[in-house]
Amino acid sequence: MNSFEIITQILRIAAPYLFAAAGGVIAERSGIISLTLEGYMLGGAFAAVVGTFYTGSPTIGVLCGIGGGMVLALIHAISCIRYRADQVIVGIAINLFAIGITRFFLKLLFGSSSNSPRVAGFASGYANPLLWLGLLATPVVAFLLFRTTFGLRVRATGEKPEAAASVGVSVHRVQYTAVVLSGALAALGGVYLALDQHQFTDQMTAGRGFIAVAAVIFGRWSPLRAGAACLLFAAAETAQIHLQGNHVVASQFIEMIPYVLTIVALAGVVGRAIAPSALGRAET
Amino acid sequence: MWHSRLVIVVRTTLYLLPVRKLIIAIVVLLAAHIALMIAGRGRGDATLDHSGTTIGIVFDVGGRGDKSFNDGAYAGADSARRMLGVTVRYIEPGDGSDRESGLRLLAAEKMNLVMGVGFIFTDDLTSLAREYPNINFAGIDLSLAYDSTGKLIPLPPNLAALKFREEEGSFLVGSLAALVGHSRKVGFIGGMDIPLIHKFEAGYTAGVKYVCPDCTVISQYAGVTPDAFKNPSRGKELALSQYQSGVNIIFHASGATGQGVFEAARQMHKLAIGVDADQYQEAPGYILTSMVKGVNAATFDVIRRVKDGSFHGGVYSFGLKEGGVGYVYNEHNKALIPDSVHARIEAIKALIIAGKITVPTTR
Repeated sequence: MNSFEIITQILRIAAPYLFAAAGGVIAERSGIISLTLEGYMLGGAFAAVVGTFYTGSPTIGVLCGIGGGMVLALIHAISCIRYRADQVIVGIAINLFAIGITRFFLKLLFGSSSNSPRVAGFASGYANPLLWLGLLATPVVAFLLFRTTFGLRVRATGEKPEAAASVGVSVHRVQYTAVVLSGALAALGGVYLALDQHQFTDQMTAGRGFIAVAAVIFGRWSPLRAGAACLLFAAAETAQIHLQGNHVVASQFIEMIPYVLTIVALAGVVGRAIAPSALGRAET
Repeated sequence: MWHSRLVIVVRTTLYLLPVRKLIIAIVVLLAAHIALMIAGRGRGDATLDHSGTTIGIVFDVGGRGDKSFNDGAYAGADSARRMLGVTVRYIEPGDGSDRESGLRLLAAEKMNLVMGVGFIFTDDLTSLAREYPNINFAGIDLSLAYDSTGKLIPLPPNLAALKFREEEGSFLVGSLAALVGHSRKVGFIGGMDIPLIHKFEAGYTAGVKYVCPDCTVISQYAGVTPDAFKNPSRGKELALSQYQSGVNIIFHASGATGQGVFEAARQMHKLAIGVDADQYQEAPGYILTSMVKGVNAATFDVIRRVKDGSFHGGVYSFGLKEGGVGYVYNEHNKALIPDSVHARIEAIKALIIAGKITVPTTR
């Protein structure tokens, strides 16, 4: 493999992380903890395959996938905002719910507990429009957060909801929008996985949503730094794939990199990781 | 005194709206649960006949429809039901702890045989076999424990471990991959990096080297957690990099991760070798063969033993000789395998059965 192929591989691996981390940054910046990225991805992947299977069009599949992620995000948002449930617990519940409901419908619609039939999808690599969308997700979210009124409101809500409310911002509406938007973005990460694979496989996201959460934290809640973290994690994964046969270093060590870096970031070794101050606090 | 306290309790409960809602929710859920239990029981009783031999099977996560282990065990049990007239009850657990309670339920109902499908049942089966010494237990792919001197720690006398000599089947597909691959490099992709999967790798590598001593095998694993068996995207990336480095055939032993290997084979127009069941249908035209495990035959065999009273605890090993493992050669892949190669593979198979070739089980 030459270096071009390796860079392509890094980008292919990074695309789902970039989508999910971009979504995670928006939701967390609005003050809602985003442990749910894994669930959104899985729901999006499944909805995309179902949509593509019944219409034959991957474009409609993408829209269905986005819809699936948004529905899960809406459930999350209603529980956290309207009913002020503990965001971490609801987050875990949403992830388990996504695993259960996708498995249920996989069996109901396709009669298998393992994988769906093959569906249409996109070509792999640079021919896949979703790869480019994934690369765009980071700058678009950065623009949204720092160059638009909506972004300002999201950041204000996440830092000090009382202050935002005092100047007439509807805190809840901002949070609902942010969470549903994050559901749509993270779902695209799952859609990418499913349509690149041309099928849905039970629990196919395999923890990628949690890697994205790690990227958000390692990127200190900044979209661009989170995007860079995604590329770094993807590069580590690529390195792990290529170093595996060589027995230079145990593959387990390279697999730990994202998590170790996240712990390092949280411990404050590389600058201080300061979360949005109202994160996880559902008030007003 | 007590009634005034009760009134306070009831009042407080009623005033705490969320609590009241919670109670209503719990009552509704309980009612639904009981209703479903009654409905399920009615259906179960109709088929359950306690006079004959009763078999209880707990599937691994996923249950029927996994196109692999669970389906194999189901097929074996179903033919036992038809041919031997036994009664079979199936339990499909959710995650984790449901496995143990499923086994316990079947044991408490005094089934003649309680089976767990998959290595994950090892600990639960071992402890339940001690707890219910009068009930027969069997586990597919049960892992065996060895003490510090390398001696097998004996299983409870009522527990049968149904083991497969996967390395023998892997040896054959390894030889096949080297003979039809047109490349000095052949690939292997495992799921979780554990000894059970190393057996596949070891047999496969030995098979490759047996027919092509200067060939190299690129062996990679999808991960170090159980997720590695259901990560098709990782499987695809591993396979793509192997194919790009000059590998023409990859054997996967990685569960659903292998779906990604097949996808990579389609994309690169190369070949892959399936595992456990005949996986031809997953990517027609791109599957050279599959290393099949006779989970159905092993399941049928152990049920037959229970039925005719020849069941005993211990290790049952199924290899090429017993027809417990093998490779697929049929009308689908005949075109990919020249007759001379097929004859060579059959000759190697005969040598392994005769004990002339010793197949390694560790890397």
